[in-house]
Amino acid sequence: MEDKFILGGKEFKSRFILGSGKYNLNLIKAAVEQGGAEIITLALRRANTKESENILDFIPEGVTLLPNTSGARNAEEAVRIARLSRAMGCGDFVKVEIMRDTKYLFPDNYETVKATEILAKEGFVVLPYMNPDLNVARDLQNAGAAAVMPLAAPIGSNKGLATKEMIRVLIDEIDLPIIVDAGIGKPSQACEAMEMGAAAIMANTAIATAGDVPEMASAFRLAIEAGRKAYLTGMGRVLARGGSASDPLTGFLR
Amino acid sequence: MNEENQVYFVDSDKLPPEALERKHRLEQDPSFRTDHMQYMEGMEIIESDIKDKVLKAMEEYDYDAYTSADVERALSKESCSIEDFKALLSPAAAPYLEQMARKAEELTKNHFGNTVYIFTPLYIANYCQNYCIYCGFNCYNNIRRKKLTFEEIEHEMQVIAKTGMEEILMLTGESRKYSDIQYIGEAVKIAKKYFKNIGIEIYPVNVDEYRYLHECGVDYVTVFQETYNTVKYETLHLMGHKRVWPYRFDSQERALMGGMRGAGFSALLGLDDFRKDALATALHVYYINRKYPHAELSLSCPRLRPIVNNDKINPRDVGEKELCQVLCAYRLFLPFAGITVSSRESAAFRNGITKICATKVSAGVSTGIGDHEEKYEGKEDADVGDEQFEINDSRSFKKMYDDMENGGLQPVLNDYIYV
Repeated sequence: MEDKFILGGKEFKSRFILGSGKYNLNLIKAAVEQGGAEIITLALRRANTKESENILDFIPEGVTLLPNTSGARNAEEAVRIARLSRAMGCGDFVKVEIMRDTKYLFPDNYETVKATEILAKEGFVVLPYMNPDLNVARDLQNAGAAAVMPLAAPIGSNKGLATKEMIRVLIDEIDLPIIVDAGIGKPSQACEAMEMGAAAIMANTAIATAGDVPEMASAFRLAIEAGRKAYLTGMGRVLARGGSASDPLTGFLR
Repeated sequence: MNEENQVYFVDSDKLPPEALERKHRLEQDPSFRTDHMQYMEGMEIIESDIKDKVLKAMEEYDYDAYTSADVERALSKESCSIEDFKALLSPAAAPYLEQMARKAEELTKNHFGNTVYIFTPLYIANYCQNYCIYCGFNCYNNIRRKKLTFEEIEHEMQVIAKTGMEEILMLTGESRKYSDIQYIGEAVKIAKKYFKNIGIEIYPVNVDEYRYLHECGVDYVTVFQETYNTVKYETLHLMGHKRVWPYRFDSQERALMGGMRGAGFSALLGLDDFRKDALATALHVYYINRKYPHAELSLSCPRLRPIVNNDKINPRDVGEKELCQVLCAYRLFLPFAGITVSSRESAAFRNGITKICATKVSAGVSTGIGDHEEKYEGKEDADVGDEQFEINDSRSFKKMYDDMENGGLQPVLNDYIYV
């Protein structure tokens, strides 16, 4: 059976969402190709510039744009940026990013739920970036989110799955794709998240700061595919303490 | 007496005798000067304990007490505490400059990637009501004064916008009389037609005035504290509203209370003990960040430069190595803060420092009034105002853009939406 990733009614083969910030615009095409990414995020505020610099012109055709609302400090600003994005022809997908913190860039879960509700009603495919919390994830689901994007670690920190246990709970409990976003620093960490059952991985800084951007995108593609395959195959048994006991604990049952 | 500051004093032969006498008395007789810690009429007082925290830390800072062991500990840690930062600013850290730069580079990359923002300043008036002895705009300095009309402002902006620049920093001399808030507000409204991102560097104002300017289109406010040493400050800013140290200190906080998105901070390195001033500047940012975590904060690091009628002014003991050490320490302590390096520094220094920790540079700079057409397009114009200080790096926007790109960086003209 073909393993498809469906988001907002669209089918994708790739489970790698590539970021477009922090590296040269003319590397985007190669990174998309080498990474096999079919979705690319972009900060709308970076598209708010003169023609020769416009990030939109550097994104290859056929790739789905995932504009984000970075720069928004509350739900109201996020909604305005999302509407602007749609008006600029960036499509209906939007990654809601609301930060009231410039040091760690942590998302504001409360405002994110509010913005998600408004935008989902307006027909956007809303992918909220959030701090992994089960109650908030449920609220986002009820508000009409198309997926939930919990952070693995602070943005740009390359710390990997620091919130692993929380993300595991979301994967178990939420009936939406869980896309692990932010903090993934190495392909092995992306692989681990996919083994756990994450639906997709979003990565930017790890690739942007690599010596060779397209090559690192390619490494991430392989890791994500490997993790997905392992998840679908079913991981082998891991026994906590050596072999099974010879006398079964339930041996007394008749 | 004010002997240490003698180098700054220049008497113009154009000054009337009474003015000259007053100038001399201000320079030589502290009792003739007002209390610099006392707010003047109309200056809003806000509740804030940040001043006290910064002053206390600065007072206690004994940088000679730090050793190489302290520096090594600071460099080996993942997050930099205030104590670590003090070690990194100390003379003991000088031999570790390369290691500091390596670490700073990594942090800068993680937070900003390879981007470097380019902007240009536009001075719209150079009238000033203060006597700050090191500044070219000071009211006793005999320079050509000018305030641009709205037509002239629009024209200047057109010339600048034509180069491709999208971010502008609008500056005035500090004169409420000649450049009042409405004048600045109207100038900002014109700027909104041509630029995506507008900052101001003007005299400190009250919260409601910052709010008005924000509504006109400003989002970033920069105020240089010059020196955080209040005693030294008093001997440098002899007259005018700028003399009031605490009102100036609280400017960024008032700006944020007025709805601005971000604020810029700086000491003018070389005026006083640069290590203490660097500590105070960074702590000012640190405490503002704790109180206003949503605000986008940035640091500048200007050093003293020669001015019209006084070419003897220099950055004293702050050499390029010391400046680099300060900037790397800023980055390690405040990984999230923007760092701007102005055209006061050489092209070579700016090329190098943008690879380590600076995130923003100016280009196509003039600190004069109304001379962009002359400077950009070679059109002669006799009706211009004199400059605030001599710049060092006079690269045009295009040259800067190309140089940054050739250095492996990604020049960014705008990363911002006014919402």
